[in-house]
Amino acid sequence: MRIVLNGEPREIGSTRLDTALDELGYGGAAVATAVNGEFVPAGSREATELAPGDRLEVVTPRQGG
Amino acid sequence: MPRFYGVEIRSRMMLGTAQYPSPAILAEAFRASGAGIATVSLRRESGGGRAGSDFWTLIRELGVRVLPNTAGCHSVKEAVTTAHMAREVFGTTWIKLEVIGHTDTLQPDPFALVEAARILAADGFEVFPYTTEDLVVAGKLLDAGCEVLMPWGAPIGSGLGLVNPYGLRALRERFPDVPLVVDAGIGLPSHAAAAMEMGYDAILLNTAVAKAGDPAAMARAFALAVEAGAAGRAADPMEPRDMAAASTPEIGRAFLE
Repeated sequence: MRIVLNGEPREIGSTRLDTALDELGYGGAAVATAVNGEFVPAGSREATELAPGDRLEVVTPRQGG
Repeated sequence: MPRFYGVEIRSRMMLGTAQYPSPAILAEAFRASGAGIATVSLRRESGGGRAGSDFWTLIRELGVRVLPNTAGCHSVKEAVTTAHMAREVFGTTWIKLEVIGHTDTLQPDPFALVEAARILAADGFEVFPYTTEDLVVAGKLLDAGCEVLMPWGAPIGSGLGLVNPYGLRALRERFPDVPLVVDAGIGLPSHAAAAMEMGYDAILLNTAVAKAGDPAAMARAFALAVEAGAAGRAADPMEPRDMAAASTPEIGRAFLE
């Protein structure tokens, strides 16, 4: 199905957030996630189902002031 | 030394981690500054990317506390969601809360800031609000649960210094027991010294160091200025006066007419 990852369309096979992250290459990285603007804690990824058109945000540590 | 939410920090300097010419120069500037706190952010990363983990490794090696920010957020919802993401990734309840109200000046939106601060403080965050020097907003942020205030000196990245010294002094006098940090707008070491002389507990700066020709040397200059300003404040400065007052005694002056 097609979702929107960090603002860009992406095709994924997974329907769960935890497996989608693995499929997208984030396995093991220190990331935080939000789906459709709502924060999804790491512990809730397994129970989070993705649907076509969902907006997934994946962020990591970066420089800041 | 300043205490924020019960944690004593070894330095009155807080330093941002953005805009340095290289990671090595960032690390060198931090060592030269003696800063005890580093501000950091969260940004999007592609799958398989290394930028986030490489940066996080570098910051952990500095041995400083991290203060994640909500930079770029323009709404309460964005800021609260970003704070939750930051708490998970960085493993800290500290959050530098920015809710921007105006694109050109990056001026805080005080109404959204207070609301976001209340939500986050109720949820166990220890909020460092980036605010203006407005006394009423400051009082409402304290009511919302903030135990630190971070008024701007001038717009972020402007380097203009303390553009409203009256307002900053008034804030210090109104809230003598609240840790206060001048955040944003500092361009020169003398600005930092002036903030210390006013009795501020710390400064937070980034661009002035990162964009200097020699960031590590500038970091050292700021460290010296902060130390000088704080020492001057502690030494109880004289009161200024409008007219001259001779410092050399008149008595015993030779009559040479």
